[in-house]
Amino acid sequence: MTHAAATHHTSMGLDSRKMAFWAFIGSECLLFSSLISTYLVYKGRSVVGPSPHEILNIPFTSVSTFDLLMSSLMMVLALAAVQRGDMKWGKIWLFATALLGLVFLGGQVIEFTEFVHKGLTLQTNLFGCTFFVLTGTHGAHVTVGVLWLLTLWVRALQGKLGPGQALTVEITGLYWHFVDVVWIVIFTVVYLIQ
Amino acid sequence: MSEQSGEPPRGAGPHEHAHPDAETYLRVAAALVVLTVLEVGVFYVPAFRPVLVPTLLVLSALKFSLVVLFYMHLKMDSPFFSFLFGAPLLLATGVLVALLFLFFGTLTLRGAAGAG
Repeated sequence: MTHAAATHHTSMGLDSRKMAFWAFIGSECLLFSSLISTYLVYKGRSVVGPSPHEILNIPFTSVSTFDLLMSSLMMVLALAAVQRGDMKWGKIWLFATALLGLVFLGGQVIEFTEFVHKGLTLQTNLFGCTFFVLTGTHGAHVTVGVLWLLTLWVRALQGKLGPGQALTVEITGLYWHFVDVVWIVIFTVVYLIQ
Repeated sequence: MSEQSGEPPRGAGPHEHAHPDAETYLRVAAALVVLTVLEVGVFYVPAFRPVLVPTLLVLSALKFSLVVLFYMHLKMDSPFFSFLFGAPLLLATGVLVALLFLFFGTLTLRGAAGAG
């Protein structure tokens, strides 16, 4: 058994890295729930504008949501390709996932810039403060995910990623899908329920 | 691209099962797109105003479940992973609901006291 293909099973027969990563995702649930709670608690309590319905661009964010959902599809296709040893498609899907992540981040930069031009900053009101902290934290997670994906893609180009490292791709996928499910909640709670 | 994954993934433990095939992934993606279109559609239709919040929450929960069950493989993986994710998620939801009750409950009590 090569080092790369070595598995780290616990006494429960589960891979220890995967178990640890699920525990990490559980802790991330608590982080995002605290940020979402803060947003909801302070919602509608801003003394000055702009308020959510004056500034949020639903069509634009819907496209970003679609983009992130499609990136999740690319991610599972990348995992399936790596698991069956089809590294040509594995590389293509990994790069496509990272690219869609970059498109999402670009959309977030455009959105934030537009908000600042319209007078909404972190210091403007309670809405601005909680909105930028929540969506900014999510954006930081997407950035980490994109860097992780690009690292895997480069390793695949170097021939250092194969079916033996499928679990590494799966764990990356778990992170990426978690970022996606967090956005599913944010899109509904922040953007659609105004 | 659409072959069936009949064996457990490489590196998987004895309690981990085969992942869905590409066709299932594509079906889930289609469902996610349809649910997102419904969400945005419901937002713009004035007739849905009275039931907007519960409708959006249900649609969002469906999307959340689809991604977690199929893309994160919780449907096929060990129930212990579901516990590791589900327990904190339950706690997080409880904290969120408790905070909302705490703050909006306080507002209601203040309002009632002021009115009295």
